[in-house]
Amino acid sequence: MDTLHQFLFGIYPYIALSVFLLGSLIRFEREQYSWKSESSQLLHRGSLRLGSMLFHIGVLGLFFGHAVGLLTPVAVWDALGVSHSFKQVFAMTAGGVMGTLCLLGLLMLLSRRLGNARLAANTTWRDTLVLGWLLVTVLAGLSTIFVSAQHLDGHEMVLLMSWAQHIVTLRGDAASFITDASPVFKLHLFLGMSLFVIFPFTRLVHVWSGFAAVGYLGRAWQLVRPRR
Amino acid sequence: MKIRAQIGMVLNLDKCIGCHTCSVTCKNVWTSRDGVEYAWFNNVETKPGIGYPKEWENQNKWNGGWVRRADGKLEPRQGGKLKILANIFANPNLPAIDEYYEPFTYDYEHLQNAPRMQTPPTARPVSVLTGKKMDKIEWGPNWEDDLGGEFAQRAKDALFEGIQKEMYSTFENTFMMYLPRLCEHCLNPTCVASCPSGSIYKREDDGIVLIDQDKCRGWRMCISGCPYKKIYYNWTSGKAEKCIFCYPRIEAGQPTVCSETCVGRIRYLGVLLYDADKIEHAASVADPKDLYESQLKVFLDPNAPEVIAEAKKQGIPDAWITAAQKSPVYKMAMEWKVAFPLHPEYRTLPMVWYIPPLSPIQSAMENGLIGEHGIIPSVKDLRIPIQYLANLLTAGKEEPVIKALETMVAMRRYMRKKSVDKVVDPNTLKGTHLNPAQVEDMYQVMAIANYEDRFVIPSSHKEMVENAFEDKASCGFTFGNGCSDGHSNESLFGRKKATPIVFHDMRRDRARQAGE
Repeated sequence: MDTLHQFLFGIYPYIALSVFLLGSLIRFEREQYSWKSESSQLLHRGSLRLGSMLFHIGVLGLFFGHAVGLLTPVAVWDALGVSHSFKQVFAMTAGGVMGTLCLLGLLMLLSRRLGNARLAANTTWRDTLVLGWLLVTVLAGLSTIFVSAQHLDGHEMVLLMSWAQHIVTLRGDAASFITDASPVFKLHLFLGMSLFVIFPFTRLVHVWSGFAAVGYLGRAWQLVRPRR
Repeated sequence: MKIRAQIGMVLNLDKCIGCHTCSVTCKNVWTSRDGVEYAWFNNVETKPGIGYPKEWENQNKWNGGWVRRADGKLEPRQGGKLKILANIFANPNLPAIDEYYEPFTYDYEHLQNAPRMQTPPTARPVSVLTGKKMDKIEWGPNWEDDLGGEFAQRAKDALFEGIQKEMYSTFENTFMMYLPRLCEHCLNPTCVASCPSGSIYKREDDGIVLIDQDKCRGWRMCISGCPYKKIYYNWTSGKAEKCIFCYPRIEAGQPTVCSETCVGRIRYLGVLLYDADKIEHAASVADPKDLYESQLKVFLDPNAPEVIAEAKKQGIPDAWITAAQKSPVYKMAMEWKVAFPLHPEYRTLPMVWYIPPLSPIQSAMENGLIGEHGIIPSVKDLRIPIQYLANLLTAGKEEPVIKALETMVAMRRYMRKKSVDKVVDPNTLKGTHLNPAQVEDMYQVMAIANYEDRFVIPSSHKEMVENAFEDKASCGFTFGNGCSDGHSNESLFGRKKATPIVFHDMRRDRARQAGE
């Protein structure tokens, strides 16, 4: 196991998580006026409705799919009687569907943003970075399906799960599980972790607020603020 | 009984001359910034017309305001909470910027830089959205001014509902009025109810509805929730912005900028006491035509001893109770019944009220075409159809509007007799609910309209909630952290976005020139 591998999959995850959490916290605390979804709907609607719906449904599906699939301990699946092979095929199918929705949405959003003069004039490099980085991450993620399809025994998937679970439980040997993983998986992991790094510095911070907006469901219609 | 106070506004449309001074002074103070150049917290529309943004009154199209469900409860017309959250990724009811207008400036530089040519140089329009030249300006903030455009276009005006509008297409029968509009600072605002991040709120002490700029996440549900379309999306900051009722001035006991600068003296500001516990019931009465009367029932009589005692108990300052007793808004809305809420059928219980215009037609009367009641025409002979005014102010119910107009005509009859014939004749007030003393007060407030009669605004008693001494030498309003002016260059979390071309921000322009 070489140093680069240990850095990318043993240390970089912690750098990414720290930047993600601390960066979000500092931005929320210090620069909340800059915390927003940065909607461009007012300037040009175009294919936004379909594109944004597809993208968000896809990306939320992928987020929760990854969270449940990677972080649920193997013992739980075994206890539930879910075979590794079945879980892998299920993950490939669900991930494939959600990834495709996400990809289609992303392509529509990108073409809308770059193809309209008003939007193009008001797009910052950070907006392009977010869309571009998501695009390559999703493309790499979808490519892993073809790698997985060559061995359906669920072995590599369990190794990836072990890696993720060892990372979040702060065990130092995480990187060793995926030494022999396909380069496609490694690329996808790196791109995915880097999303957390750019997160606090881009419009991605609105994801936090999107989850917080669920609290709206339990709120009274009207809000009145007293003076003090 | 939960007593709250609110500064309400009344606009006397009978005296509005459509000069747009209110809009321009408001813009100069509040929206001469990047991203809100298309936004007019206050604008003046010529009616009939489709308005700004286009057809804002057509709620079948924009789904603003509230609807009463079968179970008698209210919910925003754009949907319940789940539906609002589901539409967060792309709001189907959001007007695009072209529904307002594409903000533009002109290439003035070309007038000075143009090479020698055969024809004089022209300053072509430039889009603020793209920074590129525009072929043609298609629409503006005030495109229909003084009935500009053809009848077919303005006939889409939602107020024509139930009216045979074709007869008003002919030149002889045409009519027109001005409608200055701003945020209604509603008692039951749909914008507040629609905000998933809870950033919009109503202030308990003076009823002003504000958007917490730090908490706003740009979900844009307030824009479609508001039936008056008086919340605007700042397309550079990504935050929603709205009329703030000039709260820094109101807190200091001064009128809003639009009211202060109104040359026709049509605006009034005063305190209304209301019972917050009655809001929900008042907004949910079954028949929309009852909404005007049900809103009146929310207001409390500031002269009633039990109201005064209860208000004091609940911490309303004495100055506010005194102001409520002298409030021109209370007199017009409750006592004289000449002022009405704008579109009560939206069920928002708006707090900016309007006195309908009388629209006399002196010349037609002089030619003997109409008029039976001496010099002053009768209400039925007025040029603007009563139904049209009722659609604007009372959800289509004509009686209250006729009654108000007749009261205003009676005041003129009474005062004309008094000042021309030197006779005080109570008979001139027959058919109204007012006595001579009330009518003379009404004349003083509505016709003479002295500054101190129009604006009765108690200051906010900030000393009760904070130590104002600590504000000494602090910075004013900023868009950055602390005293930063928000103009710092690239920061870790991005720079302040600007429009593609220099438009409002002269400081930026000068800095650039100095650098060259």
